[in-house]
Amino acid sequence: MAKRVSLSGNEAVAFGMKQINPDVVAAFPITPSTEVPQYFSQFVANGEVTTEFVPVESEHSAMSACIGAAAAGGRVMTATASAGLALMWEVLYVAASMRTPMVLAVTNRALSGPINIHNDHSDSMGARDSGWIQLYGENAQEAYDNLMQAVRIGEHPDVQLPVMVCYDGFITSHAVENLEMLDDADVKAFVGEERKAPFALIGQEPVSMGPLDLPNHYFEHKRLQAEAMKNAKKVILEVAAEYEKLTGRKYGFFEEYKMEDAEAAIVLINSSAGTAKTVVDALRAQGKKVGLIKVRVFRPFPVEEIAEALKNVKAVAIMDKVDGFNAAGGPLFNEVVSAMYGKADGKIVQNYIYGLGGRDVTTYNFEEVYSNLFNAIETGKYEVYNYIGVRE
Amino acid sequence: MPNLKELSAKKVRLTGGHRMCAGCGAPMVVNWILKALKDDEKAVISNATGCLEVSTCLYPYTAWKDSWIHTAFENAAATGSGAEACYRAFQRKGKVNDTYKFIAFGGDGGTYDIGLQSLSGAMERGHDLLYVCYDNGAYMNTGIQRSSATPFGADTTTSPAGKVVPGKQQFRKDLTEIMVGHHIPYVAQSVPVIPGTKYMFDLYNKAEKAFSIKGAKFMNVLTPCPRGWRCDTATELDVVKAAVETCFWPLYEVENGVYKLNYKPAEKKPITEWLKLQGRFKHLLKPENEHIVAKIQEEVDRRWERLLELCGEK
Repeated sequence: MAKRVSLSGNEAVAFGMKQINPDVVAAFPITPSTEVPQYFSQFVANGEVTTEFVPVESEHSAMSACIGAAAAGGRVMTATASAGLALMWEVLYVAASMRTPMVLAVTNRALSGPINIHNDHSDSMGARDSGWIQLYGENAQEAYDNLMQAVRIGEHPDVQLPVMVCYDGFITSHAVENLEMLDDADVKAFVGEERKAPFALIGQEPVSMGPLDLPNHYFEHKRLQAEAMKNAKKVILEVAAEYEKLTGRKYGFFEEYKMEDAEAAIVLINSSAGTAKTVVDALRAQGKKVGLIKVRVFRPFPVEEIAEALKNVKAVAIMDKVDGFNAAGGPLFNEVVSAMYGKADGKIVQNYIYGLGGRDVTTYNFEEVYSNLFNAIETGKYEVYNYIGVRE
Repeated sequence: MPNLKELSAKKVRLTGGHRMCAGCGAPMVVNWILKALKDDEKAVISNATGCLEVSTCLYPYTAWKDSWIHTAFENAAATGSGAEACYRAFQRKGKVNDTYKFIAFGGDGGTYDIGLQSLSGAMERGHDLLYVCYDNGAYMNTGIQRSSATPFGADTTTSPAGKVVPGKQQFRKDLTEIMVGHHIPYVAQSVPVIPGTKYMFDLYNKAEKAFSIKGAKFMNVLTPCPRGWRCDTATELDVVKAAVETCFWPLYEVENGVYKLNYKPAEKKPITEWLKLQGRFKHLLKPENEHIVAKIQEEVDRRWERLLELCGEK
């Protein structure tokens, strides 16, 4: 039987990791992710898991050790945030290209500089093209649920890719919420006792992994890697369907909130969706046709599906908790607009950069965005690239 | 003393046909290290980016008979430590029956410099792993750039012997001593097999000892690079021999904190015996640079005397 618990996001993830009982966890502490390896090392110290915990001296070594362990055939997990993820950058690409599945819990935090420990999405968005699958969650429940599904998605024979499970630093990582945890036995049954690696350093036959790959083969290997990311789309939905049977909680590429007849919509990622939904409810009560899309799967990006979901709106505001510094728009904006091209044309599209470095995101911000969208529909006048909640 | 005939019959675990330069010392070092493994022992080898890595596993070929992994330049120790951690987890769960040994190979670039942090971390954590540095004294893979292992005065492409600056202006870092400072069970300094010397089996013996010890082990092996040293491939081992006989590269080991000198030359040769065999030091032998040679000699003497003291030889 599943049980109701009150946990912070980091606790939910750490307890989830305990239930999964991976072979190796190699991690280095960084705010606001620190609690994850901290709790986990306690489970190791108390003999509650059989995992080998490797308290490395940096995030670069954390990811390197994770690759070594996954290459050896193990089920591997780690956690980080912000500068830690940035320090992993080089080897994130290696993990993906070497097709070593593992799960990395990212508590989203702003990147330096200036140094800032609070939430935005600059860390994981900076790693969006590293070849990792990226799942995002609004709250502790979704972080926990994504963690469970990530193991299955990454280890699927058609995928064999590492997966990031992203949730907002402090807002989700440290706030205590009610959530439902699976039984240990159900977790074991869902993720399987152990990883079945198709080849491994520790195995019947010796293998060489990570060769020098010159122009006559490199491109084909990258093409295969891209195919695995395409395959992940199908697998993500299959795993979600199975998880729904187990828990009753439904997951897809994104969540649509009151989108059926929406004229003005917001598209965003992670915890701010909760705040935005209350604004949707309030505006709906006033008879305004507003809706919201919360993206769960950013890599692979659900191009067809998101275009379909937006085909009937008149105006859409895509909100990025990260700036692209391209003088044109954030990464979510670029992806969504690119997806809409040729499939959901003729819409008013706006980009809002919001909440950088943990700036409070309030209901007023979303009221203003919806108001701007209706104003644009009425007058036809609007700016595409905008900032909200910043003193200018 | 090991039997050469028996050792020659042992299976080669790094095959020929790889693309290392003629005369490169690294494959010699690797093969003699691997010879010290027992026939029924399997190995997982982690390799830092470098000559050895790019030349021995070029898709779709591999020269390695054991499991081998390369991930990046600075993390051979961390990568190997992850594989070793996984082995321990598998053992705990009864998932593996074979005996595996974990080895990491890196050049001086991947070990002294960019990989020092990763090495230090893995050694401090005590993984059951032997890290072998093949130290040829510069970044040879990218074209002979100076490293912190490059000897004083050497002409490299980033410490060129110019009209004003006569080569590298810093003495080399003593990585072996840094590893001793980690208080791991075994640290050793060695050279490739040089027939006809008293230390012919030094490398093999030390590798065999290292594999018999549980925990973190480090070996630093002076390895000839004819390209970078500007020396003749046919006589490169004479250069390494000169390094030992001049006490530029003493052979010693530190087992559980106890120093042991493995070879003491009957007569310590002047450092010029080592310098004169290599083109990278050619400029130092000009009369106007005598003071530089004297400075090098002084530093070699200082380090040698200190080592003698540590080894209880004084």
